[in-house]
Amino acid sequence: MSSSASVQPQKPKPTSSVKLITTLGLIALFSGLLVVSVFEFTKPYIAENQRIALERAVLEVIPGAVERRDFILTDEGVFPKDQAPESGSIIHAGFDEAGRFQGVALEASGRGYADVIRVLYGYDPSCQCIVGMTVLESRETPGLGDKIETDPLFVANFERLDARLAADGSGLANRIRTVDPGAAEQPWEIDGITGATISAEAIGNMLNRSADSVLPELAPHWAAFEQNN
Amino acid sequence: MAAKTDNNPITMDTFLSGIWKENPVFVMLLGMCPVLAVTNSVANALAMGLATTFVLLCSNALISLLRHHIPKEVRIAAYIVIIATFVTVVDYLIHAISLEVYNALGAFIQLIVVNCMILGRAEAFASRHRLSSTLINGLGMGVGFTIALLCLGSVRELLGAGTLLGFPIFGEAFEPWVIMLLPPGGFFVLGAWLLLFAWVKERQIKRSAAASVGEAAVNAR
Repeated sequence: MSSSASVQPQKPKPTSSVKLITTLGLIALFSGLLVVSVFEFTKPYIAENQRIALERAVLEVIPGAVERRDFILTDEGVFPKDQAPESGSIIHAGFDEAGRFQGVALEASGRGYADVIRVLYGYDPSCQCIVGMTVLESRETPGLGDKIETDPLFVANFERLDARLAADGSGLANRIRTVDPGAAEQPWEIDGITGATISAEAIGNMLNRSADSVLPELAPHWAAFEQNN
Repeated sequence: MAAKTDNNPITMDTFLSGIWKENPVFVMLLGMCPVLAVTNSVANALAMGLATTFVLLCSNALISLLRHHIPKEVRIAAYIVIIATFVTVVDYLIHAISLEVYNALGAFIQLIVVNCMILGRAEAFASRHRLSSTLINGLGMGVGFTIALLCLGSVRELLGAGTLLGFPIFGEAFEPWVIMLLPPGGFFVLGAWLLLFAWVKERQIKRSAAASVGEAAVNAR
């Protein structure tokens, strides 16, 4: 009995719990320090990238604009971002080289085919129309749904899309909507895309919803944008 | 266990095995999630390949350095924490370098953490070899993985959009095969590449077998 016990291989001694916890703790500490250091290092670069992307998008959807200024829309009116007395919705305004107000860029979002689509559209109060649109975020099907970004005919719908307010100023005079490809007859209708019906209709619906709710709030304050040039 | 393999010499094979003999995609079929998901363009494939190589090199280097100090009971947990750390680092770096690439790759950057090629290298190689061997082997694996992603990305972009790195190749008359940009296209192209790889390997084996038979016949005379 005793001889057979002596030939059996000895079980390796289990590592103490203290060593296990210490090892994992030290690795976690190192990981935490590294992640925080890289986060702090990259933070200004990420913020700058986002600022550049937003600026590019704003200037893209407001033709003639070369400068972007941010305003805050509150219950008391529209104020430059750094002078706003209270918090509110951020409105991006575009100004030309002479400092003249050209229009505002507003964000809209809605459910597409694959996921939520976020767009930025430009509104020119002088023609009461949408003058540009760019997609900020979309996971629509490559080659089909993503034509809302790449199809030049679809994008051309937003060069002068009627978005005038009703006489009482409570909402849009005409509902913005997407119709079948080539079927748009009214200036507030958008020609859809073959093979991307849901995505194209989502764009029409989100623009209608956003313009119908934000423009009545902004309409009394266009002079405030002009005065801040 | 570490002592057995610690002093293995570094050969050309240490680097090249990841590119050909043990290619993580075409031979071992590892990391299929990013392989199929982000290879709808050459740019995305390149960015994902480089990001994965960075995580593979950094995590395996640290694991190799700590291999004598990590108890075997907690080794997998330790490896995952280390890999997740470098995935978070690469996530911040890509976000800081290019917002477009960051948006294009989406959640697949964070999903590098579950790429079994990286954990597999940590367990099978980095935890048993010294730093220099680990770095060379990891680099070979990373290059092999990137080449595989580029193989898929270039075919899918070429057929699915008619472009290569965004530059039009076939002209206006070309009607893109949209399905190549969709998930089924990923499977089709991966299948075609696997077929080609298997055919080349089989041909090599047949040739070497024929050569050895010929050699034996000459010796017999």
